[in-house]
Amino acid sequence: MLKGKKVIALGERDGIQGGAIAACARSAGAEVVLEKTYCFV
Amino acid sequence: MSGPGRPVIRGARFFLAHAPGLVAHGSKPGRDVAHAPATADALRAALRPWAAARDYAPNQVLIGARRPEWLWDLPRPWWGASPPGDRRGPHGEIAPETELYGLLRIGDQFDLVQLEAAFAEEARAALATHPLVTKDDLAALGAGVAAAAVDARLGGPTPAAPLRLGSGRRVGCIVAGHETDATLAPDVLLENLAAKVTAAMALRAVLADEGIDPASVDYVIGSGEEAVGDRYQRGGGNLGKAVAEQAGCRAATGVDVKGFCCGPVHALVLAGSLVAAGVFARVAVVGGCALAKLGMKYQGHLRHGQPILEDTLAGMACLVEADDGRSPRLRLDAVGRHPVAAGASPKAIVESLVGEPLRALGLGFRDVDRYATELHNPELTEPSGSGDVPQLNYRVIAGLAALAREIAPADVPAFVRAHGLPGFAPTQGHIASAVAFLGHALERLRDGRHRRVLLLAKGSLFLGRMTQMADGVSVMLERND
Repeated sequence: MLKGKKVIALGERDGIQGGAIAACARSAGAEVVLEKTYCFV
Repeated sequence: MSGPGRPVIRGARFFLAHAPGLVAHGSKPGRDVAHAPATADALRAALRPWAAARDYAPNQVLIGARRPEWLWDLPRPWWGASPPGDRRGPHGEIAPETELYGLLRIGDQFDLVQLEAAFAEEARAALATHPLVTKDDLAALGAGVAAAAVDARLGGPTPAAPLRLGSGRRVGCIVAGHETDATLAPDVLLENLAAKVTAAMALRAVLADEGIDPASVDYVIGSGEEAVGDRYQRGGGNLGKAVAEQAGCRAATGVDVKGFCCGPVHALVLAGSLVAAGVFARVAVVGGCALAKLGMKYQGHLRHGQPILEDTLAGMACLVEADDGRSPRLRLDAVGRHPVAAGASPKAIVESLVGEPLRALGLGFRDVDRYATELHNPELTEPSGSGDVPQLNYRVIAGLAALAREIAPADVPAFVRAHGLPGFAPTQGHIASAVAFLGHALERLRDGRHRRVLLLAKGSLFLGRMTQMADGVSVMLERND
């Protein structure tokens, strides 16, 4: 589903972090163009 | 050097200060007001009065007057339904803003804080009967200055910022420490001074309540998040020693331990290690407030028609010392750490901070009475879309317990209720991160209600742009028997 797609991975510290989302997306064949993790507290 | 021993936590106290007038100095409100000055009026109109902040149920929980679990069943919104409360509880106090401003002046050794004479007298009257404020403190408060002198400072060549009460009344100003040094700008120094005095008051409280001579403290570890320094060493630090001085710990030196929100738990581990090694007999871990976070989520609060609830500063202090036979033990043999190689998934983090320490001690997930993790008050975070942070964390812990087949997946909500906590801490960064439960934890571990409490805290290292990683650390507290 993500093969050949570009992905922006936005995560949060107390949920799913950006790095984890990016790793999943890459493993599915996506190109991660931006990965960020935010902290909302 | 004293003899080594198993470390215990002797006591913990919190010092909260209602600071509606400083909300405009918070980072988010400050930036928004600079961009759109009319925002200041909307902010001021949504500030809550002293009695509302004092009575606010989560604040009453933090100072120990109420149990955290009380909040599970207290109808929301808490800001509109909190019963009357006292300003002092078994684990600390909440002070009104007049006292806070007086304390800022008392803690200022460089004439940075200039209070108008009439207000200085009001602050003196308010602080004169405070049990932790000394005659020397009142002398340091001084007589204040003429309003015209404040006008002159605000219009002078050295940057200065007005200090106002929540009502909008100007009561003084804070002056930069240098004409051009951004690290000594008025708002930076205000943050640092507030961190110093809130931590010092918490330290004074725990020493007084435990009947301990301040001169018997060997070492004070500052664990807050403020960068204290000047242009050549922005994070030079050692607020710990400044707090030691302010609390009368004449024989102590100190240091700062930085780790974003998990700084205090790192500091507890280090304090325990110093005691266990016999380097020091009595170590205080302190964390001052995070003034920059006042009003951090005010937009969500205004959008939902609620007052600006991030109007309260919080500092903490606790004492780590050799085993006294009764205080809860710090289990240094099972410190959880989030190693570089662990990765960023929630499962990996909780496995490092919970699963591995439990295995090291031969325990299961249900052997911990309460997990103290990110304890941010959801009433502060939900209106801005940040969700209920404690419950997010507790569900991950419960999920790991389910993966370990220690509970059934259907029992996740029951596990969260039995071993988690509702959020009650102000969004004061490191104060909300695990250590907010310390007062209740020590009380319960002493009286037998709990056998084990796991403190686990996370730090958002990526905010500093030096790594994409977060960090985390955990340590078990155990009943001393």
